[in-house]
Amino acid sequence: MKDQHAVEQFLYKQSELLDTKRWQDWIDLFTPDGIYWMPPAPEYKTWDGQPAIFAEDKNLMTVRMNRVLHPDAWSQRPLWETNHVVSNVTIEKSSSKEIVVKSRFHMMELRRDDVRHFAGSYLHTLVKAKGGYRIKLQRVDMANAQAAYDYVLQVWV
Amino acid sequence: MLDPSRIVEPDRVRREAYTDPAIFDLEMQRIHETVWIYCGHESQVPKAGDYYTMQIGRQPMIMVRGKDRKVHVLYNRCPHRGNMMCGDRHGNTGEQFRCSYHAWQFHHDGTLKNIPMMDSGYAGTRVNKGSPELNMKPAARVESYRGFVFASLASSGPGLKEFLGKSIVAFDDMCDRAPEGEVEVVPNCFRVIQHSNWKLFMENQIDALHPSVTHQSTGRAAHEVEKQLAKKAKAGEALSYHMLSAFATVTIDKWDNFQTINYPYGHCILTGYMGLRPQDPDTKAYDKIMIKAYGQKRFEEIVGVNIHHVLVYPGLSVQSPLQQLRAVRPLGVDRTLTEIWHFRLKGAPEAIYRRSLAYYNLVNSPATLINADDLENFWKCHQGLSSDGGDWVSFARHHGHDIEKPGEVSSAPNQGTSEAPMRNQMKAWAKYMQA
Repeated sequence: MKDQHAVEQFLYKQSELLDTKRWQDWIDLFTPDGIYWMPPAPEYKTWDGQPAIFAEDKNLMTVRMNRVLHPDAWSQRPLWETNHVVSNVTIEKSSSKEIVVKSRFHMMELRRDDVRHFAGSYLHTLVKAKGGYRIKLQRVDMANAQAAYDYVLQVWV
Repeated sequence: MLDPSRIVEPDRVRREAYTDPAIFDLEMQRIHETVWIYCGHESQVPKAGDYYTMQIGRQPMIMVRGKDRKVHVLYNRCPHRGNMMCGDRHGNTGEQFRCSYHAWQFHHDGTLKNIPMMDSGYAGTRVNKGSPELNMKPAARVESYRGFVFASLASSGPGLKEFLGKSIVAFDDMCDRAPEGEVEVVPNCFRVIQHSNWKLFMENQIDALHPSVTHQSTGRAAHEVEKQLAKKAKAGEALSYHMLSAFATVTIDKWDNFQTINYPYGHCILTGYMGLRPQDPDTKAYDKIMIKAYGQKRFEEIVGVNIHHVLVYPGLSVQSPLQQLRAVRPLGVDRTLTEIWHFRLKGAPEAIYRRSLAYYNLVNSPATLINADDLENFWKCHQGLSSDGGDWVSFARHHGHDIEKPGEVSSAPNQGTSEAPMRNQMKAWAKYMQA
């Protein structure tokens, strides 16, 4: 129960950092070798050497962050917001060092006058660290992933 | 509707070419549903019954592998009551196509196999086995070049090779870079929709003036990380950042150093700029295998082909040195789908596959660091062109300076940003539209 509560709080914080655009704080949630991964379809078992919508280490996350923050990132000009709701948090595996936790999310995105909805599941491999957790792997399976993307994703979901 | 032949001038085009739904219908009919359109790669359908669906112009089509090993392209329509035969994007249809409505069955080549209770239900009617209107209608012409399957819905016109002309180098360059001389598809298709006319995409692909402006933010951000990695001597790792940083480090004035070569039917080549012949251990290992397969002289010819992009007008953009392509499927006058595929060089080391995969994921995925800004520009262009703020789109850059030879028009030296490719596309477009 203690883990359940702590893990839930961590997942809420993760999505809150995205929704409040605190990109560097969000990147800092990852371990030095941490990966953010969004596979193109549910059957993918690894990000390594595979097509992926996202498969980013901290270096690539930094590129994405700095692009978004660059004054000439034209597609970032229109006002946009996201709102995540994270739920159905289930601890799948737990050891003294690592926790694997599955959850589901729903993200509303506003961009210009358009609203888009994305939903899916997270599978987090969390490493226990001083003062909480760090993300070793964040797998994001989008329920939308197999449909054509109407426009693109610019930041992490 | 404006007369399409009167809306194109050598150095400009009227905005209605992009925004008028009536012109869109006419160009679907006279261009996309007439010329050779890319359907897919043979390796997408390895087994009998394997199929993929796609649009040719406004027509829903099926590419299917037959028991005879041939790849057939059929209209996705049952001749009985019009039901679509395949509701999925891809799959295996088994021994035959079977309609989900009344169980009419067809061979993989589209010919009728069976109608339930044929004899009792249709005796004395116009329906009898062997009449062609009871078959699933095939594309008028299907041809394949080095595994790349094209179909034309018109029964006459130039053959595939004649149509492709010198743009055929897209497929030769891609396949020749494989030690086994062939590529196979990586079984994933990224699909992204842009809210603009399809021509904006085709013009942008070989627009050498736009990268350092449009993609500056990503180029700069990637260049910073690239420099850090280079300090740590992680050359191989830094390469994928170089693919991104080149968008910014090649500054606007330097783009004139490259060249576009334009061909009949609207096709175009943009020469290379990314320096994709690095000297890291992975490349050297690949070179060794290639030299063994082809000999030193042929190897030099193959890797010396200097291409960044080949445009096969009106529906295909190929990056042969990175083994990827984007097929353009117009959905409406202001909506366009791109289907984006990556290929594996048969016989090449895993590291070489991974190098082009990095580009596929970073540039061409739905979380693209590059195309996000292109799509934003396309949408903004389409919005502006829909307004009464002006009637014309200008393609005048370096007009009158291009070098014309029989069968090709090149941008002049140090004029790589010439809008020759757009002029060439609209010239081909106007010719098709007059037909």
